[in-house]
Amino acid sequence: MNSFRALLFRDMRLATRAGGSAMLALAFFAAVAALVPLGVGSDLKLLGRIAGGVLWVAAILAALLSLDRIFQADYEDGSLDLIALSPLSLEASAAAKIAAHWFTTGLPLTLLSPVLGLLFNLPEQGYVALIASLALGTPAASAIGAIGAGLTLAVRRGGVILPLIVLPLLAPAVIFGAGAVLSALDGLANGALWLVAAFSLAAVLLAPFAAAAAVRLNLAS
Amino acid sequence: MIFEFANPKRFMQLSGALLPWFAGATIILLGVGLYLGLFVAPPDYQQGDTVRIMFIHVPAAWVAMMAYGLMAVASLFSLVWRHPLADVAAKTAAPLGALFTALALVTGSLWGKPMWGTYWQWDGRLTSFLILLFLYLGYIALWNAIEDEVRAGRAAAILALVGVVNLPIIKFSVDWWTTLHQGESIFRPDGPTISAVFLWPLFLMAFGYTALFMTLWMIRIRTEILERRARTLMLGH
Amino acid sequence: MGAFLHMGGYGAYIWPAYGASVLGIGAAIFLTLSAYRRAKARLAALEKPRA
Repeated sequence: MNSFRALLFRDMRLATRAGGSAMLALAFFAAVAALVPLGVGSDLKLLGRIAGGVLWVAAILAALLSLDRIFQADYEDGSLDLIALSPLSLEASAAAKIAAHWFTTGLPLTLLSPVLGLLFNLPEQGYVALIASLALGTPAASAIGAIGAGLTLAVRRGGVILPLIVLPLLAPAVIFGAGAVLSALDGLANGALWLVAAFSLAAVLLAPFAAAAAVRLNLAS
Repeated sequence: MIFEFANPKRFMQLSGALLPWFAGATIILLGVGLYLGLFVAPPDYQQGDTVRIMFIHVPAAWVAMMAYGLMAVASLFSLVWRHPLADVAAKTAAPLGALFTALALVTGSLWGKPMWGTYWQWDGRLTSFLILLFLYLGYIALWNAIEDEVRAGRAAAILALVGVVNLPIIKFSVDWWTTLHQGESIFRPDGPTISAVFLWPLFLMAFGYTALFMTLWMIRIRTEILERRARTLMLGH
Repeated sequence: MGAFLHMGGYGAYIWPAYGASVLGIGAAIFLTLSAYRRAKARLAALEKPRA
């Protein structure tokens, strides 16, 4: 347990330094959110309608941005070998890194989202769903993203194919998450938030195994 | 039994014997299927002649999904049982699967236009296949990105297995999503019961497409085996 | 013949659909066979006893 926490805090510290991934994700999130009205027009009714979807897609992309570093940095300076050799199982290490990633990207993004919702004139009923769906769904992005990061570890320019691998797998999260916001706007009770939670739970539980397998594979050579 | 074919030489012998049969079956099934579909089947009372697109859309969709399933099974054999040819089987299936997915999308879109009025409709079927296409492309990209052949095979196998677990979830989520947006009536191309005069060409074409896939797949595996032999010889020189 | 091509007014959709399928499958067959022949030729050249 101690080593899990140690790895978790270490990764979080690294990500929140100046120039670390936490600020980058927030800045990217805000930038994308600001860009969309410029592209789509300032019709407030339209923006309010698409806010959930846009912010969900922007959040996923922002989380993706820092994913290829989740293992890469440690791989490059040899720390990953040490992590693999430590008494903590590689699966647990992967889980710790996924958690650290979420704390430093998914969580801040979730907290910033209501502010961006204001920019989009999101109707009142949508805010709880927006925050809840992002809080519940962004862990899936960190988890599934970690699998992609592990698979593309030693690939030159692996960051380029990482989104191609990860985004289709995250489609259910976006569908359920943005759907939760839309359902709240339309007054429908369709359990979207439960579906988001279920998807994230499954992802978080299973991803460490796949990510660890991928890392092990790339360390072995 | 599968491990008898683990020996590439055995596979070459077996596939060499089977190929003419598969190729022949392909030609006959597709030939008769096309004849029935284009000349014998009447226009559907609802969809008119566009029903004929069903004879090339549904088989393509079926093969697209089957190919991914085969890829996943091969990946499992590669990772768990280290079957020597499993990597090759998975790798060679992917581009074929991607092709049939693309064909399913194109034919589905053309089928939809006269019915829905637009070339693209975010209905459950087309959307799922679009995501499937991306899954294929990501898989192929991963194979190409990793230089070491063995490592690439293992990594791709992990990706394929993650993908196959996710596929039913993706399908479910897309179906859930289409009910959310149901406003306009969504035309289901293969909706109500199909009569025998349409079922015959449909099944023949479906089996024909499957035989075609198997034929091409076998040839591609043979090609890969030959290429690997050449590579080892070159190392020897 | 004209009616066959016309397909009750839907010809503009049916024939491109069939055409795309023929093209795609044809390309797959061509590429598969040519890759096979190339591999076979290369292997044969390598297996020839060196002059």
